[in-house]
Amino acid sequence: MQTDGSNPFWCGHDPIQPVSMNHSEANSPSPSAASRKAVEVRNASVVYQTADTPVHALSDIDLDIHEGEFVSLIGPSGCGKTTLMRVIADLEPISAGQVLVNGVSPHDARLARAYGYVFQAPALFPWRNVLANVTLPLQIQGTGRAQAKAIALEQLERVGLKGFEGKYPWQLSGGMQQRVSIARALSFEPKILMMDEPFGALDEITRDRLNEQLQQLWQRERRTVVFVTHSIAEAVYLSTKIVIMSPRPGRIVKVIASPLPDARHLGLRDTPEFMALAHEVREALADGHHG
Amino acid sequence: MGIMAEAEPPRSAAARVAAPEIGANGGEFSRLAVAKFVYTWLPVGVVLLFVLVAWYVAAWVLNAPGAIERVLDAEVGYTWQELFMATMGMERPLIPAPHQVLLDLFESLTGWPLDSPRNLLFHVAVTGQSTLIGFAMGTVLGLVLSVLIVHSRTLDKALLPWIVASQTVPVLAIAPIVLVLLGSLGFSGVAPKAVIAMYLCFFPVTVAMVQGLRSPQTIETEMMHTYAASRWQALWLLRLPAALPFLFPALRVGVAAGLVGAMVAELPTGAQAGLGAKLLTGSYYGQTVQIWSALVMSALLGLTLTGAVAAVQRLVLRHRGGL
Repeated sequence: MQTDGSNPFWCGHDPIQPVSMNHSEANSPSPSAASRKAVEVRNASVVYQTADTPVHALSDIDLDIHEGEFVSLIGPSGCGKTTLMRVIADLEPISAGQVLVNGVSPHDARLARAYGYVFQAPALFPWRNVLANVTLPLQIQGTGRAQAKAIALEQLERVGLKGFEGKYPWQLSGGMQQRVSIARALSFEPKILMMDEPFGALDEITRDRLNEQLQQLWQRERRTVVFVTHSIAEAVYLSTKIVIMSPRPGRIVKVIASPLPDARHLGLRDTPEFMALAHEVREALADGHHG
Repeated sequence: MGIMAEAEPPRSAAARVAAPEIGANGGEFSRLAVAKFVYTWLPVGVVLLFVLVAWYVAAWVLNAPGAIERVLDAEVGYTWQELFMATMGMERPLIPAPHQVLLDLFESLTGWPLDSPRNLLFHVAVTGQSTLIGFAMGTVLGLVLSVLIVHSRTLDKALLPWIVASQTVPVLAIAPIVLVLLGSLGFSGVAPKAVIAMYLCFFPVTVAMVQGLRSPQTIETEMMHTYAASRWQALWLLRLPAALPFLFPALRVGVAAGLVGAMVAELPTGAQAGLGAKLLTGSYYGQTVQIWSALVMSALLGLTLTGAVAAVQRLVLRHRGGL
């Protein structure tokens, strides 16, 4: 199953897609203005009022995410990485500043179904089989039954779950459940995919495999991805841009554009370039912690 | 009954997993089936045996004074065997022996046509009809109330205290009022009985559904939010299915409560038909055996109704592994 969808894609990948070129432009250390901004965050703050003192979950955040980028938000617990993504996804209101998603407010972007969101837990409905779970967003959007089924089957094949459409969630492993939830988030072809520590609850072996598949998925479709993680290796392996955050108050310490090539495989993790980048991320995290 | 139904899914899941290994060895499988059967029914059987023995002892002890007074001739004298036999076969015993009740049941069920008031099934049908209608009305009322309560904070605050308070009024006090009121409006027969059954049914359904509709976790609710699902879609696609495991136990309680309501409603009307009426006439004429037969029939009716709900539950929730 781990090879499902991985090898065929790997061999068949065509590196001279126009989208891919567009992306490598965006990926260069100074993102070109030609690439459109998928997410724009300006001076955004989130403040929770608690009994004694206000808590600054996010303080003066500035961040641009361009179309086709794979952006990881990394930092220790409480640094606001999840809050930042929830703000972009209209799951959390901002106290000050401005956030634009595809040029409109997060609320309008959500109503326009601009993004798919993958949560920490798969959150599959136990009363629906795999196919019905994947078609859920399409059903809500009023897509026809037959069309929704065709789309869902295709998405399941892309995440390597062909043949599992009739199973119920409890019959699947944790990794497979999370892949179903990714297929569900992608079913309505959102422009942006947001993932909140999607593999955090999985064992390292499964996690590696899913990271590889996710990387290939992104290679193929060049969808904008916002990815929250607390794993340095995961962030470095997947991202074209790494956003390092720090707690109290939640803020961005550093943004690193990845010098790694777009086409990646797990072996890359033993190369000096990978280790140098991981080291840079670790240093930045440490700086943020002491600063 | 309820406990058995709840224990069913994990056990059958285990059996499914174990099946391929056992398939190779038929003897092993049949031994397993026997073990499962014994495991399920032995405790029930032991309790039943104890109840029967206690029943016979109670019949013997409690009927003895009556038997001595009415059946046996004290002047001639009698042996204890004669006393025992006398207590087992009295016409109006204080407590009829189990075999007397069974015999009476058998005669009633086989000796008379189904539309005869002497056939207990006739009364079962009458009471069952008002129970089921009341159960259906109570379930619908409970569902509507719970949806309203979950979706409106105002209604939650306004309705819930009244719903709870309604159940503190004894049904025996409510029943005559409902009967008189509905009777003056021209409703008699099934309608008032169904209304009283509904009065007892809707409460467990409402309470369980309020809990069930609120059971989806934040993550599931937020997920529907990211799909820009409407309230109706969230209700229909998430909240209602999530509430089903809460609904069915409430329906089992509700249908049993509805049966009580329907029978209580048959008491003050002087109704001619129904298990409640049968109990009442039995007690008027001191026909203890008939009272016990009616009692057994109502217990069987209650078991059948809750069993039917449990069967529907198993059918509807068959795909939910963990539940």
